[in-house]
Amino acid sequence: MENYRIDPSKGMEFGLYSLGDHMPNPLTGERISAQQRINELIEASKLAEQAGIDVFGVGESHQTYFTTQAHTVVLGAIAQATSKIKITSSATVLSVSDPVRVYEDFSTIDLISDGRAEIVAGRGSRVGAYQLLGVDLQDYEEIFEEKLELLKKLNEEEYVTWQGEFRAPLKNANILPQPKNGSLPIWRAVGGLPASAIKAGVMGIPMMLTTLGGPASNFKPSVDAYREAAEQSGYDPKTLPIATTSLFYVAETTKEALQGMYPHINGGFLAIRGGGYPKQQFAQAPDTRDALMVGSTQQIIEKMLFQYELYDMQRFMAQIDFGGVPFEKIMKNIEIIGNDIIPAIKKYTAK
Amino acid sequence: MKIVALAGSIVGSKTKTAMLKTVEILKQKYPQHEVTLIDLAEYTVEFSDGRSYFEYEGDTKYVTETIMAADAMIIGTPTFQASIPATLKNIFDLLPVNAFRDKVVSSIVTAGTAKHYLMVEQQLKPILAYMKAHIVPTYVFIEEKDFLRKEIVNDDILFRLERLVEDTVLTVEAFEAIRRKKDEEYDF
Repeated sequence: MENYRIDPSKGMEFGLYSLGDHMPNPLTGERISAQQRINELIEASKLAEQAGIDVFGVGESHQTYFTTQAHTVVLGAIAQATSKIKITSSATVLSVSDPVRVYEDFSTIDLISDGRAEIVAGRGSRVGAYQLLGVDLQDYEEIFEEKLELLKKLNEEEYVTWQGEFRAPLKNANILPQPKNGSLPIWRAVGGLPASAIKAGVMGIPMMLTTLGGPASNFKPSVDAYREAAEQSGYDPKTLPIATTSLFYVAETTKEALQGMYPHINGGFLAIRGGGYPKQQFAQAPDTRDALMVGSTQQIIEKMLFQYELYDMQRFMAQIDFGGVPFEKIMKNIEIIGNDIIPAIKKYTAK
Repeated sequence: MKIVALAGSIVGSKTKTAMLKTVEILKQKYPQHEVTLIDLAEYTVEFSDGRSYFEYEGDTKYVTETIMAADAMIIGTPTFQASIPATLKNIFDLLPVNAFRDKVVSSIVTAGTAKHYLMVEQQLKPILAYMKAHIVPTYVFIEEKDFLRKEIVNDDILFRLERLVEDTVLTVEAFEAIRRKKDEEYDF
């Protein structure tokens, strides 16, 4: 775990992440400017740090309704604006980038932030980036595996010799700058299903697993498959961290939380998936056993501890800004997370 | 209420004839509802390639967005090789998972012989159920001999089409009432 800068004795880490989505607030129909959205993300990272949150992540999506396509630049600004919080992508769509450039960028962010940068590499669940950046979707599977292997190799070796199908070969290449302590934590983003979790396990790479909703127990097979695959491939699962992620909205009461979140989750799903979030399913979400993190402070704490028992994960990442959530609601969530949720979670999970 | 009548084949006349008749009955019985006939023979639809339906352009975007905006869809399908035609399956493949949640879907099927009368049960309904449609249980099965020169000549078929149209509209109303009642329980 130390390789990945995780100290389990301090308890489960709590992080925030954003896709950098840029949608109108469904309650007012108004959309803030891209500039304001990006500045508010940087502002949120400062508030998160002050609240004692461990990690802050920003992801990339290259299409309508998104604004952090240049997520490494935003992460660089966050590195400069903060001093303690870990900084990660959530995720980097590795398939459409050159792993060498990705490694250079994140090593630089690591130096700016004094050793706080991490990479979460994913394939992306939206295909806009592939069209825009000229990557053939036919190669969706293979291009990602090859690039992730290369990224891992760049992280492990100082001089890299490599040959593959989707990038020019490297001959004794020295990738500069190097991260502060020689390597970065590199995670694989997994969309929920076991097939991708198994690939992460086989590669012996930490897994960030999305658990966006529905019964938490549905994601347990992916966690088990990941650890089993790691073990079969000669890695000790106890040395490999797992993070889970979910949409998140906390308020003083259950009713307030449901009322606060529903317009945003429904509007956000409508905008990027073309279908809303069913009310009947949303009404079940505050139940401890449901993975969607919506409810009162106490309900959220119970959900997180339930999932901690179930998955034994080292980190939980919350997405609190999806679907045009106004900044005052984001601030309120960060406040409750810092004041009430993190102390309770750490108390229970610290060893 | 928005109702789409979808003729799912790009060849032949039987399914088209049945759908034209269905639209005629719909317009006569329910002039207040908005009825759109989509005859796939009149559109050039791309094969599904993984994009979201609204990211396509031209006919593909029009057809999928019109279906997604509907409250009910009446699907007309011929029988090809003991199943639905690929053109119709492609429409399903273009749509997202759960695309038919809160939509009512009913079916009209044409076939060369009576041997195919379970095709809808075995091939079409499982897809509709997977996509979360409220399926109207009965469907209208129409054989070659029920047509004469692009007209339906079997009175039984005409009566059954009328009943299918009624059942489709009433099922939408019933599920709207259920949803309204459920939503009243929620205070978000």
